Amino acid sequence: MFTSFMLNAWLVATVVAPVAGVVGYFVVLRGSAFPAHAIPKGAFAGAAGASLLGISTLLGLAVFALLGALGIGALGRRGRQDVVTALALVMMLALGAAFLSRTTQYEPEVYALLFGEVLGVSTTAILPVAGLGLACVAAIAALYRPLLLSAVVPEVAEARGVRNHRIEIWFLLVVALATAMTLPVVGALLIFSLMIGPPAAARSVTSRPGTALAASAGLALVTVWAALAASYASNWPVGFFVGVLAALLYGAGRAWAGWRRIRPA
Amino acid sequence: MPGVLTAVFEPGFFSSPQVHIAVVVGGVVAVVSAVVGVFTVIRGQSFAGHALGDVSAAGGSGALLIGLSPVAGFVGLGIAGAGTMDLIGVQRLRGRDLATGVVLGAAIGLTALFLYLGSTTGAAAGATQQILFGSIFVVTPGTVPVVAVLGTIALATIAAVSRPLLLSTVSPDLAVARGIPVRLVGLLYMLALAVAVGLSSLAIGAILATALLIGPPAAALRLTSTMARALAVACLIGVLATWLGVLLAYDSFYWGSSHLALPVSFFVVALVFTTYLASGLPAARRARAVRG
Repeated sequence: MFTSFMLNAWLVATVVAPVAGVVGYFVVLRGSAFPAHAIPKGAFAGAAGASLLGISTLLGLAVFALLGALGIGALGRRGRQDVVTALALVMMLALGAAFLSRTTQYEPEVYALLFGEVLGVSTTAILPVAGLGLACVAAIAALYRPLLLSAVVPEVAEARGVRNHRIEIWFLLVVALATAMTLPVVGALLIFSLMIGPPAAARSVTSRPGTALAASAGLALVTVWAALAASYASNWPVGFFVGVLAALLYGAGRAWAGWRRIRPA
Repeated sequence: MPGVLTAVFEPGFFSSPQVHIAVVVGGVVAVVSAVVGVFTVIRGQSFAGHALGDVSAAGGSGALLIGLSPVAGFVGLGIAGAGTMDLIGVQRLRGRDLATGVVLGAAIGLTALFLYLGSTTGAAAGATQQILFGSIFVVTPGTVPVVAVLGTIALATIAAVSRPLLLSTVSPDLAVARGIPVRLVGLLYMLALAVAVGLSSLAIGAILATALLIGPPAAALRLTSTMARALAVACLIGVLATWLGVLLAYDSFYWGSSHLALPVSFFVVALVFTTYLASGLPAARRARAVRG
């Protein structure tokens, strides 16, 4: 279970999970679940485009993730955010479909990009992932107060001189960064599960931002570790376990919150 | 090869059976999506509308694996997903977002498993791309009646609850005061959404399902001010974009020398996206005129 090829998987998962937990806390708090799904899924098209042009996949991913975030942010000023997110997502995916129709690339690559390839991580891939992860956490730390304020009490934030719309764009860019970093490892679709399940569970256990952030990062780590172990034991894809465990965590969080409400004080 | 040779319609367009099916199925799906989608956009449930496409695709990949009919898989899991979202979703917008996300995450996990199991047993060659992107040109004639029946069910449901649905969307408090069972109406709407999205993901792929559900209604709602007109304009935009997309994709086979046709979904989405962007122009011009 800890042989050399598994060791890289453990290392990279340990780097990725807390970042997803931290960014995910704000995703849940701000109600940005849709953009958090759309940016990674749309960015996948960038990887398809990059492989068509023969350039680095990571570059393609990053460019599409950033374009998606900026597009959603810019169009969201005029239209409704959920509509704009849906349309930006389908536009990126349609470009991806067009790219794929031009190549003879196949399926295994597509599957890996969508659902991750954590078991195939090379040692050289760990450093860039760690670097981007640090950048994400640093950005969240720098934006911490305005992010929190504009999510919880937008009117107060506006009155204090926080530009809510600008903060939203910065936040979407952080999500894009987290995407570019994690997508090649855990896949476009699973990063989303990690950004939703653990933070939602953490929020139903505590309402203090600091504690919830730590709990969210911790739960994300436990989820990924458990998924890796289960995947190693069963040979089933890591993604399946991440998705199911994240949903179970959310359910457990809801049950815990419900039980605390009805328990006599 | 018999066919009309003009600059617009490349050879064989009118005689190709795939084109006939694509035009009929695409038209039906576009109308159903547009009608359901107008309510989806007004209710702010685009995320659920998109997520149900992925959820039903998980059902499709599962059905493929155990040898069930894909229709049962797509629509069955879609309905189950919609029910779960409704059950765990709190009435607040943010809670609903989260409930949608959790169901979507679990469904994606299941898709990963089903596709993996499918690829190891060899039952689902090419399934990843097929399920994600779909193709309107591979719809079999047998699918046509299924699409028509399910489409009718979704439309009939929406028609039956349209007035209470609209009221409980625009003003939930007033709806409650009038004695409308808001929760039940919401659930019925979610089920109609699941059927509509499941059917269009099956017929035309998950990307187009979302594009046709959200794009034409969002554009129509920006261009019109009454519900009836919004519905009519949304249907018109959806059907025209789909048919034009089918034509362009067919023609694209003859562009250049590579003879690799571009996918229908690319053209339809590009048309829908452009229409949405253009639909913002009149309002922007009015705003500028007011400012002087």
